[in-house]
Amino acid sequence: MAIKFDKVSDGQYQLDVCGYVCPHPQMYTKKALQKLQSSDELTLIFDNPSSGESIIAMCETEGDEIFERAEGNGSTTWKIRKG
Amino acid sequence: MATDSTQVLSNPGLLAHKGGYKAMALVALITILSLGLLANDMRWIYLLVYVWFGVAYGVFLQYGRFCMASAIRDLFAIKVPRMAVGVMIATALFSITAGLVTVSGYSTFHPHPLGWHIITGGLIFGFGMIFTGGCASGSLYKTGEGNMGSMLVLLSISFSMALFADLGSWSNSLAPASWAESALDKGMPESLTVTDGWFDLFTAGYVWNLSGGSVADMIGTGNVWIDVFVGNVLLTAILPSLLILVILYMSTYRKGYIRRNKLESLSFGDEMSGIWAMITSSKNTAIAGLGLGIFAGLQMWATGALREHYEIFNFGELLMKMGYSEGLSIQETVFDPGYWYITTQEAQLGGWVMNLFGRDVTDNIFFGLQNGIPNPLINAPLLMSAGIIVGAAILSLSRREFKWKVPNVETAVFAIVGGALMGIGARLGMGCNVGAFFAAVTNGDLTGWIFLAGMLIGGLLGVKAFNAWLNRKSADDEFDI
Repeated sequence: MAIKFDKVSDGQYQLDVCGYVCPHPQMYTKKALQKLQSSDELTLIFDNPSSGESIIAMCETEGDEIFERAEGNGSTTWKIRKG
Repeated sequence: MATDSTQVLSNPGLLAHKGGYKAMALVALITILSLGLLANDMRWIYLLVYVWFGVAYGVFLQYGRFCMASAIRDLFAIKVPRMAVGVMIATALFSITAGLVTVSGYSTFHPHPLGWHIITGGLIFGFGMIFTGGCASGSLYKTGEGNMGSMLVLLSISFSMALFADLGSWSNSLAPASWAESALDKGMPESLTVTDGWFDLFTAGYVWNLSGGSVADMIGTGNVWIDVFVGNVLLTAILPSLLILVILYMSTYRKGYIRRNKLESLSFGDEMSGIWAMITSSKNTAIAGLGLGIFAGLQMWATGALREHYEIFNFGELLMKMGYSEGLSIQETVFDPGYWYITTQEAQLGGWVMNLFGRDVTDNIFFGLQNGIPNPLINAPLLMSAGIIVGAAILSLSRREFKWKVPNVETAVFAIVGGALMGIGARLGMGCNVGAFFAAVTNGDLTGWIFLAGMLIGGLLGVKAFNAWLNRKSADDEFDI
């Protein structure tokens, strides 16, 4: 169970923090988004609901857009476009 | 832009999934157990008040993901004020209900003595909770969500507090000689060995020499309504909470609010709208704050009324009347705050287990004189904590958010070490984020804000240390693109 951060293709990244609880998911998401360029997209996979609340607020503050959300297999997948 | 969390929090219908049935089964189970206890002896109602208020707290905590660690950590680490806003709303609202309870004469709250231990305890507690991922109450509700790492935090807090309160003779030299002299002067029974063990020396030789009081007592106009509502409610809780809300808005929320609303210059009305937007953007947390505030006040009132009804000052007296004398303190009392509290009962659990394995902890002031080590099954505040876990489990099951999570080695180490620091901080500061902060500032006790200042400093240092750890890890391997 390790954090996985990969570049999928140009402008497309994926961060998988499943199995991690607060504060890891939101802090890794922040670090990942810092590495992205504006309009790059990050697919975030996590399974700690309370981190989701913090990530929503963080994106709102930073101007990043969560444009797709999906639930399944006990985890949540969000697609975030860097503002 | 995603501006709400409805998709995360959506409830598909209680009976549309297995979790809903499990949640209902849990409600049925504790209802049947409660009725069984009442059938045995109606006086168990005193203990059941703790249990059911605990369940209500658990529901609200899980609903709003209400967590002080999150409030401080998210503020410093990712500049998100959501939880801090919720905590301030809860503080303002609880102060009103607590004020009403105080005026009615049913308040069970006692102000804490003021000294350096408050800020030091808060600092150690705040540093530890950044690593555990949850505060004392947050770890309880997260345990109810199936998070075994949080359960590890609870165990670590419990045993670190019990061990800290039971420090042996080797620790005597760490205390100033004046504490030993002062402790001896208190004339405590020999069985307590008050000059043996750092925590006993700290308690009898230092804390007992300090004084504290509520702002209502300081005002002392003689009109209880003015004293309580101006001193405790307005000056100690509402005005500082509003001030902190304004600071949170200016330092974190305002910039994004201006950008989202494409504003160039802000009128006073715009600023007020911005603050309101900040409050309503954390709607679930604010609702949780409202619920916690109301129920925390109601619990004080209910326990106060029951004490009057049974003509007791402490649950220990009722336990004695019911034939349970084991585990009481030498004053025939047990820990019985009568309001929302978290850590002392966890220390009692640790002490009870240590006692079970042959370690006599009753020669300490903390257990032997003040709190006792009752069997966990009749430890009312401990059952309130269990109620919080159950309440959080009920809601998380019904919202399909319950998931057993086994911690990895890193999380487990953080849980144990961070939990131990939280335990030590809680005993030094005489409580946690609930007992030493939330319950204090809402009852006119300024020491609560000092504990918060300590938690903030500790939290800031904790976030810096945590970031340093993440950077070290990412430099190694995991977080490189």
